[in-house]
Amino acid sequence: MSWILASLADAFSLALSFDPQLYAIIALTLKVSVTAALVSALLGATLGASVAVGKFPGRGVLIVLFNAAMGLPPVVAGLIVYLLLSRAGPLGGWGLLFTPGAMVIAQVLLITPIVAALSRQIIEDAWREYEEQLTSLGVSRARAALTLLWDTRFSLVTVGLAGLGRAMAEVGAVMIVGGNIDGITRVMTTAIALETTKGDLPLALALGVILLFIVLLLNLAAHLVREWSVRRYG
Amino acid sequence: MVEAVLGETVMADTLLTLDQVSFDGRGHRVLDAISLRLSARRTFILGPNGAGKSVLLRLMHGLLKPSAGEVCWEPVLEDRPPGMAAGAASGGGVNAKSRAAARLPRLAMVFQRPVMLRRSVLDNVAYGMAVNGVADDVRSRARDVLARVGLAHLAARPARVLSGGEQQRVALARAWALKPDVLLLDEPTASLDPHAIRAVETIISEIAAGGTAIVMTTHHRGVAKRLAGDVIFLHQGRVTEQTGAAQFFGEPVSQAGRDYLKGDLE
Amino acid sequence: MKNVFAQRIAQALTAMWLAAAPHAPLQAQEKFIVVASTTSTEQSGLFTHLLPAFEKKTGIKVRVVAVGTGQALDQGRRGDADVVFVHDQAAEEKFVAEGFGVERKEVMYNDFIVIGPKADPAKAKGRDVLDGLRKMEASKSPFVSRGDKSGTHTAELRYWKMAGVDVDKGGGKPSGAWYRECGCGMGAALNTAASMNAYVLADRGTWLSFKNRQDLSIVVEGDTRLFNQYGVLLVNPAKHAHVKKELGQAFVDWLLSVQGQQTIAAYRIGGERLFFPNAK
Repeated sequence: MSWILASLADAFSLALSFDPQLYAIIALTLKVSVTAALVSALLGATLGASVAVGKFPGRGVLIVLFNAAMGLPPVVAGLIVYLLLSRAGPLGGWGLLFTPGAMVIAQVLLITPIVAALSRQIIEDAWREYEEQLTSLGVSRARAALTLLWDTRFSLVTVGLAGLGRAMAEVGAVMIVGGNIDGITRVMTTAIALETTKGDLPLALALGVILLFIVLLLNLAAHLVREWSVRRYG
Repeated sequence: MVEAVLGETVMADTLLTLDQVSFDGRGHRVLDAISLRLSARRTFILGPNGAGKSVLLRLMHGLLKPSAGEVCWEPVLEDRPPGMAAGAASGGGVNAKSRAAARLPRLAMVFQRPVMLRRSVLDNVAYGMAVNGVADDVRSRARDVLARVGLAHLAARPARVLSGGEQQRVALARAWALKPDVLLLDEPTASLDPHAIRAVETIISEIAAGGTAIVMTTHHRGVAKRLAGDVIFLHQGRVTEQTGAAQFFGEPVSQAGRDYLKGDLE
Repeated sequence: MKNVFAQRIAQALTAMWLAAAPHAPLQAQEKFIVVASTTSTEQSGLFTHLLPAFEKKTGIKVRVVAVGTGQALDQGRRGDADVVFVHDQAAEEKFVAEGFGVERKEVMYNDFIVIGPKADPAKAKGRDVLDGLRKMEASKSPFVSRGDKSGTHTAELRYWKMAGVDVDKGGGKPSGAWYRECGCGMGAALNTAASMNAYVLADRGTWLSFKNRQDLSIVVEGDTRLFNQYGVLLVNPAKHAHVKKELGQAFVDWLLSVQGQQTIAAYRIGGERLFFPNAK
């Protein structure tokens, strides 16, 4: 058990060491994941709201597909994006492979289904409560979707933070499309993978603890947002 | 069907005609071949639980489509500024008789449980107007209506933290701000305390006094007695009588009506 | 209320993009090449020592994508790298023959060593790798193989064949439960061998930087057959027009130059030299 305490101590001293390489890795992790989370939030919420409120043939199929896509293995998502962005692939001309841009794309592919499926559920529940009143007021479906998106904004923020946490935690996709290039595409998870394969387990563990800490902060933020919103807005 | 109705002598100020309207829901017939004509300024739909009052109200509004028959609103001569929507009345199953310079009546509805958006009281009232194309002075008009329902002091409060009675008053303000021709209310006082019921009643009276027709379902006989003009009594999906309120509460025509007043039905 | 909330979100987004923005213009101005190399080379720490010297001389940044030899060559074929720097002579020559590489140049060599438990149950210790492998097979001592088509893995299979060990035709590898393929990189294979107390073929570089040795130590070394030749290849711009041929060629030339070769020789771990420059 003492190694747990030892790793926690290592993590602490590592975090406070002001090592510029470490901070660069953390900064890149946040940049890539936050960008991906924002894009996914926009795409996913729009998709979720459209499916929740819309009435069109194949709606049920779409819901099943979203839910299935939530289970897309990150490494498969990485492979798909790699084949698309490779110079030998259809989008090779963009020159995005082995750049943070490719990592964002791969993570967007992974997280959007999650955000879409969760926000669809949230908005559908709200729609059940609001449908009669909004229809009575003469609100079009499109307008209703926007109104519901705003009304459920706090729950959606929680979903967004969940997506962000998922993005920060994944390694399979960003490893393949980013290449784990030192100083360019190395993020916390790929750094941990590298240190593990090098056999430097204490360092890997220390990095892992820092990452866990950041994810913990995210979840705490999500919780606080919900609590505050319920108290303030009902 | 429509021609036949046109050809008849239409009673003065007919608002709404239902012609053999039926509604099937959840495997059984909720409303059975209902034909009626609504002309009073204040119509109350009464009846025991499960009689189909809420369904009837929603069919009138256009929130539900009848399984058979037609719901037909009389057009209103245009005396309002153009550009205000007719709400859900233009939904399926409701006919518009075209006449020059006439439009479908503007409908608004208040539900048993008020639906408040997650924003301020003022924004809730303003929302109703905004989605109906009102552009000028939305917020000041909203404030005026809130003052009329006695909630001006709560304008900035988040609507969802208000009490049930206050929320219902906001819902009324929201509907009132649309200047509807007809206001439909589905048991608006069902979950309120006596003080709130009185407040709501007063507001409904004022709205009616301003020229809006009222169609309301309720369980509260006191409210019905005080406010009703006409009473439509529903029992097991059929209209057993439609009479003036005084008549109904004094000497109901149908056995079901008599049982209801005695308290034997419910 | 709505406006304030939206305003705050907009402010947060702008701040984030401003923070991210410096990346973009830098990338446009920066001269860089992508070099596909192997995990064992990266993990040896060579690049951290070598690349700053090159950058100082030429101003060209090198972005190393470290994967297995097979994948590195595949990246070259797809045009996803400008230069390939691996250690599998046969595969490299095939790469050039197929037209994907301009030419193959020898840069340096390091050596493989056989690692195993200090107790050495197979009694394989010595200077003869083939003899050692035969003894491991005879005693069915646990052996970890990378099994990932890397240069190290290919070399390992070659040694089994040369040792005349009974191999299964399909994969060319020894059959039996004592032979365990992990499909993983050098560090991971060493980790696995350490926890299983097994034998494993490794490159000296990764071993010298490996920190999780537990009960393992060097069992066989010094056999000339264990020398591991590195080659560098410029990806053929005729196949992929976007390849940075001048910058890539500058890197190749520098590796073969006196300064490059000396920098390679100067790299030490714990005072020990890892790589032996042998450009002609």
